[in-house]
Amino acid sequence: MIMNKNIILCGVGGQGTILASKLIAAAAMDNGFPVMSAETIGMAQRGGSVFSHVRYGYGLHSPMIAHGEADIILGFEPGETVRMLPFLAKNGTVVTSSRAVMPVTATLTGSSYNGGEMIAYLRSHVKKLFIINPEKACKEIGSKKVLNTLLLGAAALSGALGFSEEDMKKAVKSRLPERFHELNLRALEYVRTHSE
Amino acid sequence: MHKEFLMGNEAIALGAIAAGVNLISGYPGTPSTEVLETAAKRKQKDTYVEWSVNEKTAMEVAAGAAYSGARSMVTMKQVGLNVASDPLMSLEYIGVKGGMVVLVADDPGPISSQTEQDTRHFAYFSKLPCFDPSSAQEAYEMVQEAFDYSEKYETPVFLRPTTRVCHGYASVTVKDTDEYTLHKPGGFLKDPARWVIFPRLSFQNHKKIEDRNIKLSEDFSSYKRNKIICPSTAPEASDITPKGSFARKGIATGGISFTYVSETLKNTGSIPVLKIATPHPFPENLALQFLEGLDEVLCLEELDPVIEKELICICGKYHLPVKIYGKLTHHVKNAGENTRDSVYQDIGNFFKDTCKEITLKASPDSLPELPIRPPVLCAGCPHRASFYAVKAAMKGKKTIFCGDIGCYTLGNAMPLDMVDTCLCMGAGLGIAQGVGRIEPDTRCFAFVGDSTFFASAITGVINAVYNQADMTLIILDNSTTAMTGHQPHPGTGQTMMGGITDKVDIEAVLRGIGLRTVETVDPLELEAAVNCVKKTAEEPGVKAIIFRSPCIAVIKPDKAMHVLPDKCILCKKCIRELGCPALTITGEKVNIEPSLCTGCTLCGQLCQTGAIVNGKVGDDNE
Repeated sequence: MIMNKNIILCGVGGQGTILASKLIAAAAMDNGFPVMSAETIGMAQRGGSVFSHVRYGYGLHSPMIAHGEADIILGFEPGETVRMLPFLAKNGTVVTSSRAVMPVTATLTGSSYNGGEMIAYLRSHVKKLFIINPEKACKEIGSKKVLNTLLLGAAALSGALGFSEEDMKKAVKSRLPERFHELNLRALEYVRTHSE
Repeated sequence: MHKEFLMGNEAIALGAIAAGVNLISGYPGTPSTEVLETAAKRKQKDTYVEWSVNEKTAMEVAAGAAYSGARSMVTMKQVGLNVASDPLMSLEYIGVKGGMVVLVADDPGPISSQTEQDTRHFAYFSKLPCFDPSSAQEAYEMVQEAFDYSEKYETPVFLRPTTRVCHGYASVTVKDTDEYTLHKPGGFLKDPARWVIFPRLSFQNHKKIEDRNIKLSEDFSSYKRNKIICPSTAPEASDITPKGSFARKGIATGGISFTYVSETLKNTGSIPVLKIATPHPFPENLALQFLEGLDEVLCLEELDPVIEKELICICGKYHLPVKIYGKLTHHVKNAGENTRDSVYQDIGNFFKDTCKEITLKASPDSLPELPIRPPVLCAGCPHRASFYAVKAAMKGKKTIFCGDIGCYTLGNAMPLDMVDTCLCMGAGLGIAQGVGRIEPDTRCFAFVGDSTFFASAITGVINAVYNQADMTLIILDNSTTAMTGHQPHPGTGQTMMGGITDKVDIEAVLRGIGLRTVETVDPLELEAAVNCVKKTAEEPGVKAIIFRSPCIAVIKPDKAMHVLPDKCILCKKCIRELGCPALTITGEKVNIEPSLCTGCTLCGQLCQTGAIVNGKVGDDNE
């Protein structure tokens, strides 16, 4: 059977979606798959909505994913996760951070946005849903900068990536500077070892 | 050969290096920037790479190298081509000796640009051949072929990728170092009849160019990347299979849209597709072959209807009874980028009447109201402080704030609201002068970044001094080209060859032009900054303030700020006036997000009750 996977990562500029997409691409390549990806570069990186598309497997022509085609959405911010839902395949998986990032416009207008309504919407519309509370996890891991590997660990655990936590660990080891290995390896394991 | 996971722009750079490029010049601009950056990282020993001061200079530097028999490449975004168009238009009449590739990245959407202009049209206008890659792999190979064509026909050629090709990644098969072409420049040979443009020479060369482009069109009809494709038939898996004896239909496309068409037709019966890799000169013979036997053709392309018009033109020229559909017939939207979904929809509509029912993908359930998230100035960005100082100093006065191109365009957003106009690189200066002529009672300000100052604002300053304008020039000097990813420029003292060079001193430039008042102030010293603006703006004539503070993305952040809850009276002045993304209201408390805050202290200086202070050791907000 021809395996191919379509993965969307989304969040707010500066959250680390690009590094996460690079790690997935690396793991896919290490597993011998042809890979394509696309990402937001430019003005939106300054705190705007950003996304990456990662595709691997055979018979792919375009780096872009169509609506209804994503096997998994990896959301770094609940509102951004919901924004990408049109891309999710019928039986697709969603892994999302529950922590909202307030847009400046919302702060200014006194909007009550806190991500809660987004999580509620996801709960009622997505069957395969994994919600990660990064505050607790990051505190226990000991760094605020591991949201990307934390979510990747959850994605690997969900099975929707088509490869394992071990594969992701190899990608981290081969692509990140050594001083970041220990933290990120712990972040990758965190969800598996702390699932409630 | 080996495989590398490369961004389209990286593939283009490696392709140029594999083709033996001797010199690459350019000016940063999304989505083209990574081509030159990659070239600088991966270049061969003798390759010269520079960020030029602007696109016009970059074009001339590359032309000089090509005159000398070198293979050269110049890189820019589409609006950069407007700046470089003066040398380019003439260069086509003069021609080149070594191969010269003009890399211009177009930006359908637009995603990070002022316009949705189409460089394929510019190719028609300037008469240059144009190559239009559809993928990173194709771009890698195409740039090497482009050098060959350029040398064969002694003309500069365009390589015109679009954002999704530039920024799309793929596993690309690339040459090993020992497979690279070695190109040795022959040197410049004096020959005024060839290198000096005069009306008579232009007339003679114009004729040659027109004849050459006819020959090139024939040549391009057999260029392997222009092709007619009939997807293999797999009727059982087919979404779109023609039934009965209805109109015979085909699709014409190019660039990234070709990949969207291929995805749509993956499981489809044989629908002929014309893929155009050289929109200019158009491969007429190949197009004729495609049109023969068809009744209707749908054109799927981004930006202008270039392929569509060429096909209509061919139909007219050869009296072909083929209907050409696309943007001109309103079958396809005429602005914005194509997507997998839009192309699926367009193809579905095109075959609606003649095929079995195809299911267009259902639009998803309506989503809840989503927060709007426009890009903003980073937390700690010194531009915020500069805008705030000018705003505070000019409160209650009749003013106009003319902005420019760079991160600081984001100063337009609420609550700063400090960009009244923005047009193109360097335009703020001229616009401020023009407004001042019509409204002499308005205090006119032009804001320009350090890189933009060098690129295209200096002539505007000279114009203001020469014509005795009354205006204040604000230079937002963060000592880098921030928006495009921190490239060096003449004021930084660094070059792309890794060398250290003398810094061009902005203050000395301004004084040399004749400005008597040039003040330099740190915008993060709020009171001093406000006073400086108050004093300087009152002086007659042209005066300048340089707000100097480094971009926070390239320096180590200070300790995060921290709100003292018993001192905070919840007036929310910090939130209402600064629009800093690190400042939020959580419950009924002002909160400073420590992972975003850089400790710029602006909010602390603004706070009237002294409730915002630097974090303390052992504190969560440290």
